[in-house]
Amino acid sequence: MKILVIAEHREGRIRKITYENISLARQLGQPFEVVVVGGNIANLEEDLQKYGAEKIKFYQNESFDKYSPDGYAEIIAQAVKEHQADIVLMGATATGKDLAPRLGSILNAAVANDCTTVEMDGDQLKVVRPMYAGKVLATVRLQSDVKVLTIRPNVYQAEHNPVTAEMEKLPAETGEFKTVVQEIVSGAKGKLDVTEADIVVSGGRGLKSPDNWHLIENLAQVLGAANGASRAAVDAGWRPHDEQVGQTGKTVSPSLYIAVGISGAIQHLAGMSSSKYIVAINKDPEAPIFKVADYGIVADLFEVVPKMIEELKQ
Amino acid sequence: MKIAVCVKQVPDTETRIKLSDDHSEVIEDDIQFILNPYDEFAVEEALKIKEANEGEVTVISLGPDRVKSAIRTALAMGADKAIHIECDKNPDDPFEIAEALASVLKEDSYDLILTGKQAIDDDHSQIPSILGQKLNLPAVNVVVKLEVGDGKVKAEREIDGGHEIIECSLPTVIGAQRGLNEPRYAALKGIMRAKKITIEEKHAELNEEQMSVVDFHYPPQKEPGKIVGDSADAVPELLRLLREEAKVI
Ligand SMILES: Cc1cc2nc3c(=O)[nH]c(=O)nc-3n(C[C@H](O)[C@H](O)[C@H](O)COP(=O)(O)OP(=O)(O)OC[C@H]3O[C@@H](n4cnc5c(N)ncnc54)[C@H](O)[C@@H]3O)c2cc1C
Ligand SMILES: Nc1ncnc2c1ncn2[C@@H]1O[C@H](COP(=O)(O)O)[C@@H](O)[C@H]1O
Repeated sequence: MKILVIAEHREGRIRKITYENISLARQLGQPFEVVVVGGNIANLEEDLQKYGAEKIKFYQNESFDKYSPDGYAEIIAQAVKEHQADIVLMGATATGKDLAPRLGSILNAAVANDCTTVEMDGDQLKVVRPMYAGKVLATVRLQSDVKVLTIRPNVYQAEHNPVTAEMEKLPAETGEFKTVVQEIVSGAKGKLDVTEADIVVSGGRGLKSPDNWHLIENLAQVLGAANGASRAAVDAGWRPHDEQVGQTGKTVSPSLYIAVGISGAIQHLAGMSSSKYIVAINKDPEAPIFKVADYGIVADLFEVVPKMIEELKQ
Repeated sequence: MKIAVCVKQVPDTETRIKLSDDHSEVIEDDIQFILNPYDEFAVEEALKIKEANEGEVTVISLGPDRVKSAIRTALAMGADKAIHIECDKNPDDPFEIAEALASVLKEDSYDLILTGKQAIDDDHSQIPSILGQKLNLPAVNVVVKLEVGDGKVKAEREIDGGHEIIECSLPTVIGAQRGLNEPRYAALKGIMRAKKITIEEKHAELNEEQMSVVDFHYPPQKEPGKIVGDSADAVPELLRLLREEAKVI
């Protein structure tokens, strides 16, 4: 079985999920190649080689400077055919989840989004993806010739593994794009997204007011973490929706999730209970968040969080 | 404007999912079903556009007979027409769902097709993009802002850590994300009106699925954690545990 890892990059940098997917491809023990599509993709090979990309195929064309979902799907489909790939790995990121179903439609390939386990089971592929926001895990069987998988960030470790790649530049002819991204409005520049972060610090209604959010921000900052929020904090207008964690927000699985002033409603737990370690800070010992927390402090967050920031700064 | 809204019926978010003994299926007996939360945004957006430009809103749902209650909810909000695509069980493979929806969508000429960004049961987040490919239309998913006018739309889509602004021509497929609008509640008048609307019945011819669920299992149960302390004095110990035991900071 031959695997294609589709590299995701933004602002001239490869995103971490690509390295995670290269590690996964190696673990699967099947031959794999990395495909890079874009307008300006010079110099991306350097980092890819650090993480074990032994074969890299470049599809460069100025018109790919701006992301076009249908345009990218077409060129990736072409790459899959050219390289006769059986499995396509992408990130379960905004872009990956958008591209995968389009690619699947073009190739008549089954698509599993947001997979958390991909293994070889004999000569079959075993794929597990959470459903009902992680309340259950489903083992799925993909029977098409080509199988398209997007992998949840942070599930597989990106492994440093320097190699010298065999590189090839391939022609990237394009037709007319139906949709093109006109503009990207970034949140705060360089803002770390909750789905990708290794550590997430989330706040809830216990923060009492948006004026207290600096506690969450400062704690996140000293830990190099992303900011998350419960729906109560989002609904109150304290935080933007893209920070919401839970069944109708984002699903995260960082190594460390710190829940501050969050009760742990079932919809919140659905989005974060697969985190490797969970810390809860809540003054109510009965709060359900303690049922999933590895470590808890039952106390006033307005005392605990400043102390954490102070200690961590030292 | 002729607008179609694809809606799915899903278990309420409060639901604890129970599996059959052989883990082959989810037991539906105690489940309370609702209109998929993201589809409420899609319905609301359709109604807003209709109110601003005149037009007609048709809701389409595929699934067993029970999904009619989700259709009624959308009608009660203000949709004009409804189509139920009957099938015993929701297919596991989103391509099959999209195929059936696409064939019904093709029977009419819609200017705009709205969906939710994701159904909160299967969590595929695939249907709007597949519909775009199958109907050969532009498709934008995870949309938080939409401007429709003059044969064109301008959509703002949420991406990791920012937004993308995309312009495309009508007809188009749009997947609604939370933030797009504030869905209205169905008023009594709407509920009464909805009861009088005949839901058009169709039957889906499904092909063999290329993706299917082999079995389900529960996620690993966490061991009860450790309460490190009941005051800020516990902070040093917590940080020690995170450094030395968990090794995460
Ligand atoms: C359709 C639907 C979808 C939903 N989706 C989501 C979702 O995706 N994500 C989500 O989070 N929720 C979701 N919810 C909402 C969910 O049910 C809860 O209402 C919400 O998670 C509660 O947020 P919270 O924990 O911040 O607030 P609360 O439940 O009010 O909890 C606040 C906590 O703060 C603690 N606290 C208060 N003061 C202090 C203090 N000084 N020090 C320490 N602790 C303190 C309290 O003990 C309490 O436990 C959804 C609900 C519905 C109906
Ligand atoms: N069975 C269905 N009937 C009608 N619309 C559906 C169905 N399944 C999914 N959809 C639509 O497609 C969206 C995305 O679903 P999914 O790709 O399954 O996460 C949903 O929010 C609905 O708008």
